[in-house]
Amino acid sequence: MGIRMIIRRLGGGLLVLWLVSILTFLLVHLIPGDPAEAVAGENATAADVERIRAELGLDRPVLEQYVTWFTGVLRGDLGRSLFTDKTVVDSIAGSAPPTLVITLMAIVVAVLVGVSAGIVAGLTRGSRVDRAVSALATLGIAMPSFWLAMVLVSVFSLTNPWLPATGYAELSEGFGTWLSHIVLPSTALGLATAAELARHTRGCVADVLTRPYIRTARARGASGGWLVRRHILRNAAIPVVTVLGLQAGRLLGGAIVIEAVFGISGLGTLAVNAVLQRNYPIIQGYVLLCAVVVVLLNLIVDLAYGWINPKVRTA
Amino acid sequence: MTLLSVEGLTIDLPGTQPGLVEDVTFEVNEGRCTALIGESGCGKSLTSLAVLGLLPPSVRVSAGAVVFDGVDLLTCSPRQLRKIRGGPVGMVFQEPMSSLNPSMTVGDQIAEARRLHLGEGRKVALARAKDLLDRVGIPNAARRLAAYPHEMSGGMQQRVMIAAAIACDPRLIIADEPTTALDVTIQAEILSLLRDLQRDLGLAVLLVTHDLGVVADFCDDVVVMYAGHIAERTGVDDLFYRPAHPYSAALLAAVPQAGQSRSRLTVIPGRVPTAGAFPPGCRFGPRCAHFTAPECARPQPHGRTRCGRVASGDLVLEGALHG
Repeated sequence: MGIRMIIRRLGGGLLVLWLVSILTFLLVHLIPGDPAEAVAGENATAADVERIRAELGLDRPVLEQYVTWFTGVLRGDLGRSLFTDKTVVDSIAGSAPPTLVITLMAIVVAVLVGVSAGIVAGLTRGSRVDRAVSALATLGIAMPSFWLAMVLVSVFSLTNPWLPATGYAELSEGFGTWLSHIVLPSTALGLATAAELARHTRGCVADVLTRPYIRTARARGASGGWLVRRHILRNAAIPVVTVLGLQAGRLLGGAIVIEAVFGISGLGTLAVNAVLQRNYPIIQGYVLLCAVVVVLLNLIVDLAYGWINPKVRTA
Repeated sequence: MTLLSVEGLTIDLPGTQPGLVEDVTFEVNEGRCTALIGESGCGKSLTSLAVLGLLPPSVRVSAGAVVFDGVDLLTCSPRQLRKIRGGPVGMVFQEPMSSLNPSMTVGDQIAEARRLHLGEGRKVALARAKDLLDRVGIPNAARRLAAYPHEMSGGMQQRVMIAAAIACDPRLIIADEPTTALDVTIQAEILSLLRDLQRDLGLAVLLVTHDLGVVADFCDDVVVMYAGHIAERTGVDDLFYRPAHPYSAALLAAVPQAGQSRSRLTVIPGRVPTAGAFPPGCRFGPRCAHFTAPECARPQPHGRTRCGRVASGDLVLEGALHG
């Protein structure tokens, strides 16, 4: 992977982030309703609202507002929440850990379950295992995550009191406690992605198996794990990595629903409350964060392509 | 001394065509080159793949034996078969671009057989791979080890394939149309490389081809296949001077003659019957200029030729060469 390509990809990512910042900013101003009135409350006088509007800078031209906000963003200052005195950065940093942990663990679950099931199914195409994986994968894609979450809670928390049904624990409260709180949410969130990955992996592995170079490797005496590791997986990985990159962004959004089901106060709760209260600095911060995460994931996916596929490296 | 003997090999396409390849018997002798020739779709490649058990899952060997150095490869354990693949038997395939792993360096692909069969570490095997690249005539071998197949030309890729096939000092190379996908000038280079290797390493070669020029240049024994049957087994001189099957004679007649400019090109009318539509009796019958009912509609004799009329002396064929 050439340095120039990394720089090009990085530049593209930054451009996307900048465009997202404009859209985010405008979006909030296009939402019906006046943030100043929301802040002032129901019994405020027109003068109060005017004063608050001036305080927030909402009376100035939109372009000027954007420049002020964006220069702040560049310095890492996303402004303050309209209702508490906390900065947006602090609010987000306070709510982000449970969401990020659950999302990351969901990715781990998805990769572990999905990719391994897909590999086994692809290698044994037409077998009973393959048919079972395909059927389960279809089921997994069709099942809404909140419903799956409730089924998991009912089985693993209510019927059998093995895992806590709600809440989140800090890592400082002990690894076991921490893990027990994130197993169910991560699984509920990750299984749909696991199903998607399993289908793609199966298809890719089955496709690679028909390629002439696999026959060449067999003719050389390669078989079993050696053949799978060195000849099949790497060539089957590219489409799978693409899907994973797309799914990771979806998982971050899906975490909002899962937080609600498990009563965890994370980014989702923060974002939903911000929308309901028209707390636009928080909304802007949240959307920007999501954009950064998605752009970053895509960058990682692009770099992974180069690592997996030598043809990309020289291109 | 016989190194490889294929005896009565029969391959079925279950549900469509029993006897896709039927009762194929031939031998490859130590240090000699046997050609397997015929038009596309005659079962040459299937036969060569069946030797090392590399047939696609849709077809199945239903009878016969493939004896290499005293071991029947069709009935031996998978473990034993794996030891022979890439060890004493190397294989070269048709399209080097798709037959080399695109995400593995050529060095690793050449070194692979040595690591698998001789248990060499990566470093040692790569050092040996460099020598092999030198041996097959790739300049800058040390630097080329780290190249990927797509960074090389088709001819270079085929040299890599050959280097990988001879990595463990095999006794037999099976080459399935090794030059078909290459430019004409490159074809000649690859063939002369194969011939040098055969001579220097004392290799036996089973060469699948449909190029009679290659056969004349390179081979000692010839097996002519048609529609899954062996039409005739013969020596290379006999094939050109005294063909013993009308199909062989027709193939020879179809080669354009350089000496006779602007002469009409001879073709064999019709095409090879598809699997599932083989005629009864002589499979070449419907396209044969010498077809005579009812002899040719009956099952034909096995042996040196599968043409009853030639075997009985009823029909004498003309060769491409006289003398």
